[in-house]
Amino acid sequence: MTNIINANNIKTLEFDALIIGGGGAGMRTSLELAKSGLKTAVVSKVFPTRSHTVSAQGGITCAIQSADPNDDWRWHMYDTVKGADFIGDQDAIEYMCSEGPKAVFELEHMGLPFSRFDNGRIYQRPFGGQSKDFGKGGQAARTCAAADRTGHALLHTLYQNNIKEGSNFLNEWFAVDLVKNSKNEVTGVIAFSIESGEVAHLKAQATVLATGGAGRIYASTTNALINTGDGLGMSLRSGFAAQDMEMWQFHPTGIYGAGSLVTEGCRGEGGYLVNGEGERFMERYAPNVKDLAGRDVVARSMVLEILEGRGCGEKKDHVYLKLDHLGADVLNSKLPGICELSKTFAHVDPVYHPIPVVPTCHYMMGGTPTNIHGQAFTRINSEDVTVPGLFAAGEAACVSVHGANRLGGNSLLDLIVFGRAAGTFIQKELSSGGGVESASNSDIDNSLERLNKLNESSSGHETAPVKKELQTCMQNYFGVFRRGEFMEKGVAELEEIRNKAENLYLSDKSAAFNTSRVEALELQNLVEVAEATAISALHRNESRGAHARDDFPDRDDDNWLCHSVFDPNDKSLSKRVVNFAPKTMEAFPPKVRVY
Amino acid sequence: MLNINIYRYNPEQDKFPYMMNYEIEKPEKDIMVLDLLHLLKENDPSLSFRRSCREGVCGSDGMSINGKNGLACITALSDALKGDRLDIRPLPGLPVIRDLVVDMTQFYNQYEKIKPFLQNDTTPPEQERLQSPADRDKLDGLYECILCACCSTSCPSFWWNPDKFVGPAALLQAYRFLADTRDLEKDSRLDDLADPFSVYRCHGIMNCVAACPKGLNPNKAIGEIKTMLLKGKSSKNIIASDGVTA
Repeated sequence: MTNIINANNIKTLEFDALIIGGGGAGMRTSLELAKSGLKTAVVSKVFPTRSHTVSAQGGITCAIQSADPNDDWRWHMYDTVKGADFIGDQDAIEYMCSEGPKAVFELEHMGLPFSRFDNGRIYQRPFGGQSKDFGKGGQAARTCAAADRTGHALLHTLYQNNIKEGSNFLNEWFAVDLVKNSKNEVTGVIAFSIESGEVAHLKAQATVLATGGAGRIYASTTNALINTGDGLGMSLRSGFAAQDMEMWQFHPTGIYGAGSLVTEGCRGEGGYLVNGEGERFMERYAPNVKDLAGRDVVARSMVLEILEGRGCGEKKDHVYLKLDHLGADVLNSKLPGICELSKTFAHVDPVYHPIPVVPTCHYMMGGTPTNIHGQAFTRINSEDVTVPGLFAAGEAACVSVHGANRLGGNSLLDLIVFGRAAGTFIQKELSSGGGVESASNSDIDNSLERLNKLNESSSGHETAPVKKELQTCMQNYFGVFRRGEFMEKGVAELEEIRNKAENLYLSDKSAAFNTSRVEALELQNLVEVAEATAISALHRNESRGAHARDDFPDRDDDNWLCHSVFDPNDKSLSKRVVNFAPKTMEAFPPKVRVY
Repeated sequence: MLNINIYRYNPEQDKFPYMMNYEIEKPEKDIMVLDLLHLLKENDPSLSFRRSCREGVCGSDGMSINGKNGLACITALSDALKGDRLDIRPLPGLPVIRDLVVDMTQFYNQYEKIKPFLQNDTTPPEQERLQSPADRDKLDGLYECILCACCSTSCPSFWWNPDKFVGPAALLQAYRFLADTRDLEKDSRLDDLADPFSVYRCHGIMNCVAACPKGLNPNKAIGEIKTMLLKGKSSKNIIASDGVTA
């Protein structure tokens, strides 16, 4: 791969639809398309069951009326709107919560091994931010679970059913950049086989970004090493907007030191947090629901405890998650994976000892803005304009059902509901003659530039140290609490980091399974996501959901009850109205958010 | 100083694979083998290996660590070291693509062969199909498989017949669907396995049990399948088609 690659010396593989990413969202989309007879392919940089959906633990939140026969999807919708601190789009949330039960039952019919209640129905557990009767009826138990391995069970079930339906996979292929034609439509991607190094132009009428999150912009994250925001990196480089990028969820319970996730289901099953004085401190911050408040609320409370000197351990820099009172039976049957992880990474057995935990970067609420059909749009002269040929689903997308803070268990629901919706829509659109015009050779050559530059590099920066610099910068200046002057410093540092990342030196130019090449390209994607995050965070002068500012501690509905839209072309931020028009009911108006 | 030896092979440069020696200061605190590989890769970017979740649930980084198959991300250095020495090789028995990366096609083919999806052609109810907790419990120890291939690539029978012996990982999944009360294709599933190779090349060596990083027991599942085959009509053909006893 040391020669310049151009449109004439690479092969073209043609598809109707291309799905970038083989996690939950991608495989739910592909499953829908596999049944349609359209020629589709899933492009995944890892074998699909290695995708990060596999790490989801606690469950999938949905009003399937199992734990409570009177449960109502509208209650779920209310919780989600409130959890989002009122900047989730209510039409999208309505769609997700009302379509959810059908989508969950489909998974069960596909074979997902849900845990069960005695009556044979799907087991549901309480999760944070859940209520009955629009917040007035107490704690709900709405999260459908397969022990504490729900993501694993879901991902494997989806892969298995894709095998059944004969889906086409390009496994261990890495998508480098989008290809656009002269009309700014997306016509596919440039990608290469990691195994052989062969580069190809994958041409498609519809390209779906299902590339998941980008938690690796932070030094401490629950995310897999592969979560490098590849889809968002590609779309930002192509000049398409990103929405609500300042909104990053810090999960309250990442294992101290290792970052591995400890499910909120632990607290759902009755576990609770204690500080260095042994106090159950969440009673002070959220007197009603205590440890089951929204994740942003719990994470901030933990950081305040630590900052005020009431942390645990020698350095007083973490708190404890206490589970031993639940007993070995509950822990082994309901939370077996947590027991395993805790022993491996924290060296404690939760049957006897509390787990040391700290808030850890977990989820990207922002992403490529889409409608409920997965159609991506961008902003041109303050207008929303759909991007023909481009779609997004799952964590890579911002539809937006999570607003400023996602509720636990809503990410898996998001994947299957909107993965399915995108598949259905694409099928309909392509069968009715929709599609995009081909790209020219020079369009294709443009999309090969980044790869060529890296392959031709004869000097420059090493990937690993630049990545560390990026992660440290984001951790220091854009963490749980943020402040304008620090963020300005961070934005300046990021400019330098971008310079370095655009001039990386690839010392190993070999073709076969060259992971250095992949990591360099991933770093460049991380930089795109980090920059969008930093600039969005710096501009939102209020505190809302996961975005908590020392210098603007209050929510400011007059000015900021809106989405933020980052334009990569001039690195500016604009505002976009939030949808307050659900189809079947009155909207939930903003109110003070307390738990 | 640690004495690390890693299997290296780059098909574009190397006629034969070789062991490369790395010396590195012993880290102050205990780290995982995967962390060690990352440290080595910082100085030698040409070293290739797979990894993803780094917490033992995605199954990417199965490899032979001082002679024992395991996941690099959940194998502590202190547990893996023999004195100060650590030898890391790719999973045995599969073709090597590069360094610690093996071609898993044969492994995945066996997985696909057992039809690893629920088969039930009856019209599903509007809600979920019911399953009692006791019936659901039968899937524990089966569905948790992460397809890391540590078991199948530790199995001499799989080394010998990777095309015909289904191997412990896929057989564990075969039993996962045989054991699921919602699946209605038990007979055809057993029929598909009723030959001298698919199941009966398992001779109970139990390397699979020793290797599984998730503590699963493929050998037990294989025993259950053998029992079902012997009890079912499918067993009659097995000996006849081979001429030797299984």
